Amino acid sequence: MTSVSVTNLTKEYSLREGLRRRTLRAVDRVSFDLLPRRTVALVGESGSGKSTIAKLLTRLEEPTSGAVDVALADGTPVRGSMYRRQVQMVFQDPFASLNPFHSVEHHVARPLLLHRRTSGAQQTRERVLQMLERVNLTPADVVAARRPHELSGGQRQRVAIARALAPGAGVLIADEPVSMLDVSIRLGVLNLMARLQREEDLAVLYITHDLATARHFSDEILVLYRGRVVERGPADAVILDPHHDYTKLLALAAPDPERLGKVVSGEAAPDRAAIDNSVCYDHHLGAWIDIDTAADTAAQRAGAPRAAAGA
Amino acid sequence: MTDTQSVPAAGATGAPAPAPAPRPAPAWRALLPTMTPWLATGLTLVLGICLFGLVGPLLVGDPDAIRDVGLQPPSGELWLGTTQTGQDVLAQLAHATRGSLQIGFLVGVLATVLSAFFGIYGAYVGGAADEAFSLLTNVFLVIPGLPLVIVISGFVPRESRGLWTIAVVLALTSWAASARVLRAQTLSVRNREYVAASKLAGERSWRVIVVEILPNLLPVLASQFVFAVIAAVLGEAGLSFLGLGASGSATLGTMLFYAQNGFALPLGAWWWFAPPGLLIALLGTGLSLVNFSIDEIVNPKLKNVRLHRRRTRTAARAARKEHR
Repeated sequence: MTSVSVTNLTKEYSLREGLRRRTLRAVDRVSFDLLPRRTVALVGESGSGKSTIAKLLTRLEEPTSGAVDVALADGTPVRGSMYRRQVQMVFQDPFASLNPFHSVEHHVARPLLLHRRTSGAQQTRERVLQMLERVNLTPADVVAARRPHELSGGQRQRVAIARALAPGAGVLIADEPVSMLDVSIRLGVLNLMARLQREEDLAVLYITHDLATARHFSDEILVLYRGRVVERGPADAVILDPHHDYTKLLALAAPDPERLGKVVSGEAAPDRAAIDNSVCYDHHLGAWIDIDTAADTAAQRAGAPRAAAGA
Repeated sequence: MTDTQSVPAAGATGAPAPAPAPRPAPAWRALLPTMTPWLATGLTLVLGICLFGLVGPLLVGDPDAIRDVGLQPPSGELWLGTTQTGQDVLAQLAHATRGSLQIGFLVGVLATVLSAFFGIYGAYVGGAADEAFSLLTNVFLVIPGLPLVIVISGFVPRESRGLWTIAVVLALTSWAASARVLRAQTLSVRNREYVAASKLAGERSWRVIVVEILPNLLPVLASQFVFAVIAAVLGEAGLSFLGLGASGSATLGTMLFYAQNGFALPLGAWWWFAPPGLLIALLGTGLSLVNFSIDEIVNPKLKNVRLHRRRTRTAARAARKEHR
């Protein structure tokens, strides 16, 4: 039962263009909460800062400003090696996230041993097989001895999920976990994650560009555009009643059976060049927030805790 | 759609009770090159020469023993004849081979360790360490090798110029190119997601380097080691031929040096200079052939080219046969 609260998270990269230096703000004052058994979806196009947020939350990179506070159920803050144990991640590319040199067993056993979840070879092996069975990789002893190149994309992603859960994580960050998989097995992996979330009381951050799965698998959606949250609210509200131009554009891009065969008129689609990311529509407040003037973070994040309370 | 997906047990189709699945080949198997005629030839040459260098000195007589029969051509008693001072060339060859292999192996290990440290560690840590190591590597890269080796060897007095001095000098001038290749490879490997995943699991830096990154660089390291051995044997031969080798050592280079000083060529004593020359050439050939096979692991495209060529040949042969 671990929760994360993200406050005004900002990340700037310094770019060198010849002799000049320029800073690129990849993530700009993003705030949200992750609560146990709840899923928050981050939706946005490539380069909108989704993966940067994942890196900041897993502490693979340090934020320029803002804070990520992780706390256990009793309110104890999570720091140091405990952080590595509590916050885990499933990567986008299952072909790159497993070391081709090592067996599946190595990948799952290392986090177990590092966080002293098991001791001794026998107990570790039993635990590895148990973990593999939990992600529906059977027969577990056969899979454990395999190396990544002998598995399919979906099987690899299951191994990655088993590895992420091995330390006993409370927070799972899934960075486009199914975008590299065949369409036919995506749902299987997402259902598996949803089941594990229920069983382990996980707080999940689901990063995706697919609005349909975001609506299906998450409680809260944050739409990210050029580093800023431009729309936030309960999943259904954001998808069915988009307010921000960018969200409308995303919704139009998703295939809709009712629109099938009809031509989207030029007027209905918002003009891309005119999209403004300085304002954010909050469905919880039912109002527009100006990101630059709303220094008050409490107003920005008001939605999430209330949504949790309502659930 | 269910979220159940199982791996079909190997060989279980049709069998009522699936037999315990055979454990797949361990990881190191993928690191071994495919056996090809080239690799077989290379291995035979290298192993043959190594065996000669290891066992040969035990079987032959004293290489320095002087007889009163100088410049004897090969005969039934003295298989490779004698030198000007009546020393047995075969005995000298056996000891010289051992000496050359010793220095080659020593330099190979030293150069590989140096290049691995500067190439891999710098690239993994990044930042100032990477910049400093890169600068150092580049400096060593542009230093002309043989002239520096000659200067250093000439500078160290002959009495204190031992095997280790020569080995260190050769290693210092030959690690830089490998380090650059390793740095490039490491930069590519360290940005892969499995490295990020192992950091995320809480692995320590040294373990990330040794357990996650290094195994993926092993074929490159092996190829560089073999290349360093070739370069060292040739470099040492060159130095010794110039009279700048380790003092009191017997290598293929010193044999050539004495043959040259003893006017072996003008006197037509081919049995004196041809065997050591040939042995250097054969060792170089053998190691290169082994290296080509290792290259196929690093770059599987090469393997595909070879397989494709073979398939084309087989097809052409079959077509010819049918034509007849």
